[in-house]
Amino acid sequence: MIEVKDIHKSFGDAHILKGITTSFEKGKTNLIIGQSGSGKTVFLKCLLGLFEYEEGSISYEGKNFSNLTRDEKTNLRAEMGMVFQGSALFDSMTIAENVMFPLRMFTKQSKSEMEDRVNEVLQRVNLENAHNKMPSEASGGMQKRVAIARAIVNRPKYLFCDEPNSGLDPRTAIVIDNLIQEITDEFNITTVINTHDMNSVMEIGEKIVFLKDGLLEWEGSSETIFRTENEAVTNFVYSSELFRKVRKMYLEEND
Amino acid sequence: MKTPITYLENIGTYFIMIKDIFRRPTKWSVMKPLILKDIDDLIIGSLGIVAFISFFVGGVVAIQTSLNMTSPIMPKYLVGFATRQSIILEFAPTFISIIMAGKVGSFITSSIGTMRVTEQIDALEVMGINGINYLVFPKFIALTLYPFVISIAMFLGILGGLIACVYGGYGTMEDYIEGVQLDFEPFHFIYAFIKTFVFAFLLATIPSYYGYFMKGGALEVGKASTTSFVWTSVMIILVNFLLTSLLLG
Repeated sequence: MIEVKDIHKSFGDAHILKGITTSFEKGKTNLIIGQSGSGKTVFLKCLLGLFEYEEGSISYEGKNFSNLTRDEKTNLRAEMGMVFQGSALFDSMTIAENVMFPLRMFTKQSKSEMEDRVNEVLQRVNLENAHNKMPSEASGGMQKRVAIARAIVNRPKYLFCDEPNSGLDPRTAIVIDNLIQEITDEFNITTVINTHDMNSVMEIGEKIVFLKDGLLEWEGSSETIFRTENEAVTNFVYSSELFRKVRKMYLEEND
Repeated sequence: MKTPITYLENIGTYFIMIKDIFRRPTKWSVMKPLILKDIDDLIIGSLGIVAFISFFVGGVVAIQTSLNMTSPIMPKYLVGFATRQSIILEFAPTFISIIMAGKVGSFITSSIGTMRVTEQIDALEVMGINGINYLVFPKFIALTLYPFVISIAMFLGILGGLIACVYGGYGTMEDYIEGVQLDFEPFHFIYAFIKTFVFAFLLATIPSYYGYFMKGGALEVGKASTTSFVWTSVMIILVNFLLTSLLLG
């Protein structure tokens, strides 16, 4: 479980996060949503420890990240997997080498053990025949799946995804969403996803955190988001006619 | 706009980066192939251009020296002597380092900068890897072989002078070789290699700094490469002046 208390983050005079308090539960897909510029990516990077914040605390299983020693932080980070918006695959390595990288860095496994594990996770993301391809030879959807494989190869406790569906066609986006949901359930990990994708919100959002202007405006789930009267949330989530209709149908069916 | 505080901040960040190169080292099994790859990219990959430039600049130095020795009382062996001194003291260590700041420095800045833009460095940091050690240390180790490149530049520069001198009709082989051997001072080699080691350190660290700490997108990678070349060259020239004053002055 990740607990966030009163996080403040500024860049110069720009106060980006203005005191966010929330928690992300184990075994759930937690979504952070909000308009561009609402502070989602900064918040995610604070969770990952890539940005230092001025006030507040972020605790992993009760341990305050800021109070950890350098070695403890390194050990904690070895338990994190991250899927970046642009996949961030190492372009000088093959797909298999990319996936094997965390194992080479953090484990003492033999080469054959590592290869077995890489085969296993590549199979898990339906890329069993892509071992020797370079990232530049893979499509956007394949790169995202490789990034997911790399993120889960070392059996992380926490999985973070920054806009995992951006730039993907709707069909591939659904495949990626389902994959993340399945992995979260299968390995009982804490998953935090930063997204703009309303399909993801409705399909896999077990907990949804809505940010507006650096503040936590609303939190709920994919079910309560249909019923919320919060104007900022409804203006954002139901900005398209399609989603307004989906909401109407949901409410008609469930009331 | 850059203020003096910005420059001081950059200098401070640069020195912190140097400390971080040696902190939390990456596993040797991962580091070894990175070092070998950087030796290939930075050292072996530079030999061709260094050999070409050294050979022909050595030839030009010999021809220019010969053409400017108009007095009949000046001995012909001075062509070999002047070429040797120019090549060993300045051309090979300093001039080649400026060329390497363009070739190797731009490569380092753009490759690390592209990793920054595409979030590959963030990916390393999220995994708990010391990105500076992982990326800069192999380049630093690879460039400890830089004196080998400079030795080749020295040899080919003097050889180029010999061939230009003899085959261009500016003097005999015996005169040239006599000049090359004249008043040989072993400390000049030590001086040249001290400079080379210091320049190698600058070549590994300044471009890495500009790549690692760059912000922005693809356009900024290009700008960072240019800035890195300018500052590496400026530092090589300044350090060259300082070392020459200290060691030969």
